[in-house]
Amino acid sequence: MKRFLVPLAAVLTLALACAASAGTLDDVKNKGFVSAGVSGKVPGFSAPDQDGVWRGLDVDFCRAVAAAVFGDPDKVKFVPVTTKERFTALQTGEIDVLSRNTTWSLERDAAQGIDFAGVLFYDGQGFMVSKKLGVKSARELDGASICIQIGTTTEMNVSDYFAAHGMTFKPVVFESADEATVIYDTGRADVYTTDASGLAARRTTMSNPDEHIILPEIISKEPLGPAVRQGDSQWSDIVRWTLFALINAEELGVTSANVDEMLKSENPAVKRLLGLDGNLGEQLGLTNQWAYNVVKLVGNYGEIYDRNVGPATPLKLERGLNALWTNGGLLYAPPVR
Amino acid sequence: MYVKHERHPELPPPPSELGALGWLRHNLFSSWGNALLTVASVALLCWTIPPVLRWAVLDATWLGDTRDACLDSAGACWVFIKVRLGMLAYGFYPQAERWRIDLFFLLLVAGGGPLVLGSLLPRRGPARTLATRGLAAAGAGLALVLHGLLPGLLAAAYLGLPSLLARLRAPAAPGAAAKLGLALLAGVAVHALAPQGVALAAGWTALTLTALVLLVPRADEQGWRLALLLTALPALGAVLFLGDGTWLPEVETDRWGGMFLSLVIALVGIATSLPVGILLALGRRSSLPVIRTLSICYIELIRGVPLISVLFMASVMLPLTLPDGMHVDKLLRALVGVSLFYAAYMAEVVRGGLQGIGRGQYEAAQSLGLSYPKAMILVIMPQALRLVIPGITNTFLGLMKDTTLVAVINLMDLLGVIKSALADSQWLGFTKEAYLFAALAFWVLCFGLSRFALHLERRLRYEKH
Repeated sequence: MKRFLVPLAAVLTLALACAASAGTLDDVKNKGFVSAGVSGKVPGFSAPDQDGVWRGLDVDFCRAVAAAVFGDPDKVKFVPVTTKERFTALQTGEIDVLSRNTTWSLERDAAQGIDFAGVLFYDGQGFMVSKKLGVKSARELDGASICIQIGTTTEMNVSDYFAAHGMTFKPVVFESADEATVIYDTGRADVYTTDASGLAARRTTMSNPDEHIILPEIISKEPLGPAVRQGDSQWSDIVRWTLFALINAEELGVTSANVDEMLKSENPAVKRLLGLDGNLGEQLGLTNQWAYNVVKLVGNYGEIYDRNVGPATPLKLERGLNALWTNGGLLYAPPVR
Repeated sequence: MYVKHERHPELPPPPSELGALGWLRHNLFSSWGNALLTVASVALLCWTIPPVLRWAVLDATWLGDTRDACLDSAGACWVFIKVRLGMLAYGFYPQAERWRIDLFFLLLVAGGGPLVLGSLLPRRGPARTLATRGLAAAGAGLALVLHGLLPGLLAAAYLGLPSLLARLRAPAAPGAAAKLGLALLAGVAVHALAPQGVALAAGWTALTLTALVLLVPRADEQGWRLALLLTALPALGAVLFLGDGTWLPEVETDRWGGMFLSLVIALVGIATSLPVGILLALGRRSSLPVIRTLSICYIELIRGVPLISVLFMASVMLPLTLPDGMHVDKLLRALVGVSLFYAAYMAEVVRGGLQGIGRGQYEAAQSLGLSYPKAMILVIMPQALRLVIPGITNTFLGLMKDTTLVAVINLMDLLGVIKSALADSQWLGFTKEAYLFAALAFWVLCFGLSRFALHLERRLRYEKH
């Protein structure tokens, strides 16, 4: 048996190594589109609308990558992947970018054969309560009954948080998020907890959405970001700097509406970003107009955020941690120079 | 002494045995226990039906295009289903190309309908001719009106072919060589129509047509209709759905979705699992030890694992073991998985039928000098399959519903599309409507299939006597 296993393992390793060493940028250019793994089932992040057009934060990021590579945001093919097959799909080259509200953690970065390109959305677990309770902070929730979806890390996070603050709670556990929402909405539990973006989506489904508030405390860190195959630094640079370009564009005030005027700007940072100065795009293996294309065709980070999850959308998510560092948030991109 | 000689005139039955009252007494209140059950059931129905009816029909919102139309109503929001009907039916299939799917299902109904009608109507007579020819003409006409000239001509050619073929062959049956030539010609014709990408479909047509023409000695109109339904239509479907890259733009399988994808998986699964299952069943009863052992191993192995794990293996493990740069289409993986899985179940159903056939039938076939394949095809299988129609239907229904499992490998079948529709941030919160719609769609399909099978069973039993 061993006689067969060793060569088999060798062949498998070789196959994996080959997959990792191929130049993704060349592959992508040859096939003419970016293959992007998305969830397809997360409101505001990736879901098709009624005409079958993909919408969401994760989706628009993939469009930005396509705009950077091809100058055309539609040269992207969205592949819905499940939580279980997402890393396999990336390793085998079925997808080039994984943009599927995936939390960046050490284990995934180190052991799954993937590289995270950055953080697209800082999420974290929060609490939603009815306004009628008059609660303003999670610290006032001592003794509350909390509606939790079973089998997620949510339950552990809640007990950790309550133990750390010397409070008690009554868990009301349910199998599916839909069921849990109904229980909370009918008033059989005081609090509903899940990731903040999920809370916002769930709030819109309540019988009276305005009666519920999401408390300011975020009790866990869920940095969600795009990932690429490990071992192709050129491609991972492209994806990473597409993200940075989105953030830098917002910081410099470049939007899809004013990007053509900005071409006349005297600000050296803007000129470098838009490819008027130096050959930064070519250093990435792209054209110098890469960032111009991204902003012109998809928008800057703020525009993408507002379009998909921002205060004007049904999700009504404030920027919070996802504001620029200059506005008290965590978004901080290295300079384009 | 008085002896009555005439018969006493028949009295009318007592009023309690007559009419509605009698029926009630007999069926609902025949004993105390039954009376209690009746009252309880009526109470339960009165308690449950009105709220459901109020939610689903009376208070429901039917008009409008946006979520706002539904906000101030307490009932169901069917607008959600209405605006997404296209997605639910076709998935991401490009809107401009959706007529190809419509055309295929039109041909399926108009080409397969006469087979169903033919078994309902009397064998000879104007009604039958009118119904079958009328259906074909209506199909072609509809294709012409809805989809244009070329699709109309295609439909007319396909639907008219059976009667043409039956007429051509009527005077003198050609020899085996002519049949083979005809089959090859058909294959070549299909191949020429679809120069690239669908060589598989063309090969499949040629092969099956050859087999059918060689095995079916003399086919009438209905026979040819069935033959075309099993050979030319799948090939035509493959060309229509995938596109040939020249006349029809290519549509890759990752854009297939919705009810269309569910039906493709179900139809392919049904069409492949039955023949493979029959072969496996024969293999399991074979006297050749190697074939028997292999068949038993396959059947027991596949029946021992859940379908969901087969699909996971196909979607997660298989790509890891393939050489670099080699990708097997995700839909193809799922199709192969579903077909092979259900073939194992089908094998056991068919084996049950084979065991119901007496030894005498085998011996009679042998004594007639029939070879093993001929004995099976002409004598054993028709009887065995007729015995197990309920079992086969059961397996088909299971297959049809299990197509929803492909949603776990993120193929956008009806359930997958529904799940993604529920995540549209403009339309959050219509879970009940969406799943109810899915349930209704599957119920209609499965109920239709089971009624058809029941009808088939009755008809074949009738012919036996």
